[in-house]
Amino acid sequence: MKTNYNITSYCHIKNNHISLNGSVIFSEVHTSFSEFIKAAYKDQNTKYSKFFKMDNLSKLAFLAADVLLKNQNLDLEKDNNIALVFSNKASSLDTDVIHQKAIQHKDNYFPSPAVFVYTLPNICLGEISIKYKLYTENSFFIFERFNAEHLFTYTNSLLATHKAESVLCGWVELEEENYEAFLYLVSKKEGDKEFNKQNIITLYNT
Amino acid sequence: MNKTYVSYNNIVSSLGFNSDVVVENIHNEVSGLELIDNKNVLPEPFYSALINSEKLEEAFQKLHPKQEYTRLEKMMITSLSKVISTSNIELNDRVGLIISTTKGNIDALDENNLFQKERAYLSELGKQIKDFFNFKNEPILVSNACVSGVLAIAIAKRYIQQNMYDHVFIVGGDIVTEFILSGFNSFQALSSKPCKPYDKNRTGINIGEVAASTLVTNSDINLTKEAVEIIGESSCNDANHISGPSRTGEGLYRSMNSALTQANLTAQDIDYISAHGTATMFNDEMEAIAFNRLQLQDVPLNSLKGYFGHTLGASGLLETIVGMHSLYNNTLYASKGFETLGVSKPIHVIKKTTSKELKTFLKTASGFGGCNTAILFKKINPN
Repeated sequence: MKTNYNITSYCHIKNNHISLNGSVIFSEVHTSFSEFIKAAYKDQNTKYSKFFKMDNLSKLAFLAADVLLKNQNLDLEKDNNIALVFSNKASSLDTDVIHQKAIQHKDNYFPSPAVFVYTLPNICLGEISIKYKLYTENSFFIFERFNAEHLFTYTNSLLATHKAESVLCGWVELEEENYEAFLYLVSKKEGDKEFNKQNIITLYNT
Repeated sequence: MNKTYVSYNNIVSSLGFNSDVVVENIHNEVSGLELIDNKNVLPEPFYSALINSEKLEEAFQKLHPKQEYTRLEKMMITSLSKVISTSNIELNDRVGLIISTTKGNIDALDENNLFQKERAYLSELGKQIKDFFNFKNEPILVSNACVSGVLAIAIAKRYIQQNMYDHVFIVGGDIVTEFILSGFNSFQALSSKPCKPYDKNRTGINIGEVAASTLVTNSDINLTKEAVEIIGESSCNDANHISGPSRTGEGLYRSMNSALTQANLTAQDIDYISAHGTATMFNDEMEAIAFNRLQLQDVPLNSLKGYFGHTLGASGLLETIVGMHSLYNNTLYASKGFETLGVSKPIHVIKKTTSKELKTFLKTASGFGGCNTAILFKKINPN
């Protein structure tokens, strides 16, 4: 299926690396995801104090989105109609386990709103929306594995019906020390990568 | 573009196991909420609307399950089976499955639960539902906080209009668990009384459980009597706060505005609003502000939370189904628990169940993460 849209940029965060459009922009071996993402945050000069209260899934999604969006030179005083369409397998399970631990034993019962709020996968979409003032379409999907076909179809629908001018789309998976983010921006802007299912799969696998 | 309809539907709830019975109970202002005192779930007594376990088991066993299923799976399968069988649609490669839930089988994380922790993966829930009915396509799970149920309908429409499917079955559900109750309680959002959406004396939310199912289709053949057409839909973020709604109702305002524009309608064309109305101070106030910004303050509205509590991932779907019956029955159902307006802007909360000719309704929902969704529906059968 041919579209008039292009994949204008993409970002990977996995295996202690961050890459933008296929080139590594940060790489440092750390013993834990928490240490790695903190080092990446500093290296990328992110300067957003709310980052430190986020759960790990939100940190991963936020940083991947930030790497892409800060290069867009967005005027935050104006509406930027960039929809967010994210997906993963584990939902918010990484934080769900933390909340479950806090309530499992009645003699050690300490549920916290600061943890509980992150027991929803779409919270990371809210974090990105707040930073970039995106009053836009947000959807979080759960699939068994990265599902290029569904992401393609849904993104296409948002663009074709003018619900969004561009879509920030992809996969943000985090469970304990296993993490992987792959986000890409789709819009009408010039680009050498046509927006189609095959290109999404090719970029995902780079 | 081709039209898209919402047709066959079912509700499995504390107020009955099919939509007609549930709507009849709402008509009679019967609430499913009751006081529960279960220290294993919450230290203090709380109000909830729970599905009767024996009735659920009885209904589920009629479907001849060949393995063990979780409570949520039993609810979802029981509900969806009725919609699939009555719609008489063959589950071929043109038929999609959308599952709307916030927490799925989250009870499987509990050390005392009989199921393995792996069952808590939402994708595993999807697999169980898909395999039970033998759907040909992979399930699409939507987990977008409290807008999930209504967003699932918008998503079904979008997939159909992209020509990926002709028909999409949606099932939405969440269960009342210690996980959820302890979390809302830590926010001090739970009410110790039956909830009172939009009321001056409201004291917070009740959590309830429901499984709701429907068919979204591009075919106008064999639609049900209460079927509606989806004429506009939109979902916008507040870009304000992850656990509190925008004080200006920005995302909800934008969602409703965009849905109206798409449907080419104005506020005067809306006969009824099925609102979110969780009965928390901030939510209800935010909605009142957003409705006023669009001059919707005179349109009759209700919240159904006084009947079922907040049913999370099912709520938007449940309330859409009741809204469809409301249109067909030409009846505005009382917003249970409401007596005196307790928001700073005027809104028209339905105090008493009344007959009125209805053609169009607006369904709205808002949730954590700053998400909001609005869908406009139009009656098909001019009765």
